[in-house]
Amino acid sequence: MLNLRDYSIRKKLTWICMLTSGAVLVLASAAFLAYEWTAFRGELLARLSTQAQIVGSNSAAALLFQDQPAAEQTLAALKAEPEIRAAAIYNREGRLFASYSRPGAQAESSLPRVAGLQADRESFEGGNLVLLRQIVQNGEGLGTVYIQSDLQGMGRRVRRYVVILLLILGASFLASFVIASRLQSLIAQPVLELAETAKIVSQGRDYSVRARPGNRDEVGLLIETFNQMLAQIEERDVELGKGREQLEQRVEQRTAELAATVKELEGFSYSVAHDLRAPLRHISGFSNMLAEQYGPSLDPNAQRYLERIQNGARQMGMLVDDLLNLARIGRQEMRCQATGLNSLLDEVLADLKPEADGRKVEWRIGRLPFVECDPSLMKQALYNLASNALKYTRPREKAVIEVDARVQEGVTVIVFRDNGVGFSMKYADKLFGVFQRLHRPEDFEGTGVGLATVQRIIHKHGGRVWAEGELDKGATFYFTLEPADQKSSHDKISTGAMATHDGTSS
Amino acid sequence: MMAQVAEILLVEDNVDDVELTLHALRQEKLANQIAVARDGEEALDYLFQRGAHAQPSPSPQLKLVLLDLKLPKVDGLEVLRQMKADERTRNIPVVILTSSKEERDVVQGYKLGVNSYIQKPVDFEQFRETVKQAGLYWLLINQPPPPPG
Repeated sequence: MLNLRDYSIRKKLTWICMLTSGAVLVLASAAFLAYEWTAFRGELLARLSTQAQIVGSNSAAALLFQDQPAAEQTLAALKAEPEIRAAAIYNREGRLFASYSRPGAQAESSLPRVAGLQADRESFEGGNLVLLRQIVQNGEGLGTVYIQSDLQGMGRRVRRYVVILLLILGASFLASFVIASRLQSLIAQPVLELAETAKIVSQGRDYSVRARPGNRDEVGLLIETFNQMLAQIEERDVELGKGREQLEQRVEQRTAELAATVKELEGFSYSVAHDLRAPLRHISGFSNMLAEQYGPSLDPNAQRYLERIQNGARQMGMLVDDLLNLARIGRQEMRCQATGLNSLLDEVLADLKPEADGRKVEWRIGRLPFVECDPSLMKQALYNLASNALKYTRPREKAVIEVDARVQEGVTVIVFRDNGVGFSMKYADKLFGVFQRLHRPEDFEGTGVGLATVQRIIHKHGGRVWAEGELDKGATFYFTLEPADQKSSHDKISTGAMATHDGTSS
Repeated sequence: MMAQVAEILLVEDNVDDVELTLHALRQEKLANQIAVARDGEEALDYLFQRGAHAQPSPSPQLKLVLLDLKLPKVDGLEVLRQMKADERTRNIPVVILTSSKEERDVVQGYKLGVNSYIQKPVDFEQFRETVKQAGLYWLLINQPPPPPG
């Protein structure tokens, strides 16, 4: 069968028309043929029945008087009916009394044997109509008439009908094809045009295109709705464009504002760096000169005050430097490369050597991974954490500081643990704030910027930093970093170095 | 303040800084003759014998310029640029001695050919030590270029 579904609308419509008209014609012809067939049979039966009646009544006398030739003569009159192949008359006992057969037909052999009087009956057997009629006179059965007729006439007629029907069928098929081909454009054309428009819109993203308005039927309605939809989309498109433009403008404006603010801030920190440090240097310088040149002639109190002045200036100098450092880290561009934390930490420990002088300090350094980071920033963070640990373990006879790495839920966590004075978890959230200190300055010196700097560096690297501690039991600092790659650092030393050569972004 | 034959030219606008620096230098007995310029223009005048310094021949033995960056009229980097652009002054070692260690200043300084960049420490002890080290190096250890001509 043809797969109608995938045909074009033109073809579909044509086929539907042709199939419909064809089916109607075939059905009508079949009904007509069936009617003709039954009508012809009835007609034939009625005609033969009449003939048998006539033969019967004409041969009643011949049967009574045993006049066989007369009966034969009566039967011979049947040759006027060409369909009758054979006929016979049987007497009361069922013996053949007279017979007739159409010239050229072998009647004798096909005549049935009959026993006694037969009841009236007719039947179609083997393409023949067989008819039996009793010969009755004055209520008494004298014998039986037998007529056998073929259906050649009927066949001829049916054949003629079929030929005519086929001719009609062909002609109307042709006619319906022509008509359907003409009429399908009424439906198909607007649909095809609509499809073409939709294609143009979809390919060109041009929502200003409109489909040609159609008739006032469903397709016309579809086109109208389609055009309305296009209008809505076009409208929304324009609005969207406007919104985007506004957004871009706003982003531009904000960026400019932000750039201005950053510039201002930079100018501010530059001024702080230059102008704030100068007077401090003068305080320090001249108080020092005062102490050197006139110290001996000053009383002890005055000397102490001078010392306080110098300490104050020194402290403020450190504060300014640390703050500037923090600000610089904030805006400094990251220059990331695969870096071995172990070698960075080694450098840090070398730098810190003077601070650990004369103290018992045990460093327990584990295997640290290679990470993608800015080495100078990361060194600063490690330095701050290590020097913190060193500072707060000072009261201990023996300081134990562990640095190790572990992988937790796929993230590398670096751990700094010391056995120092620790802190109360109550204040854990204050640890990383600028100028937040949990110890008195006379116990532990410092500016309160170190851990804020650590946090800023770790955040800049997309990591997280937190701390756990217990008063007098030590503190543990954690931070997370993205590993340089997933494999362990130890078999990656050479590739790590290569990644640096490849010039990861600068 | 301007000495006629100097080994060191100190370019510094702040009187306190001038005094502290001179104090440190003298204490270490590094230089007998130190010229001081109080702004960039004066420094250039001194170096190129213009204006007030037109007549007497300046120091062929100028061994070091200590240069502050933030200066009135002509800033330190501009002084440096002009020095390094001129045949007569190109070879004189220049040490930037300033409060700022802004990266752009450091980068720009080296780009213009500065010989050293030092941030003035706030603490006087450190400041004195720094000035001493710089003086020692540039005046005693470093082999200066032969005088031009």
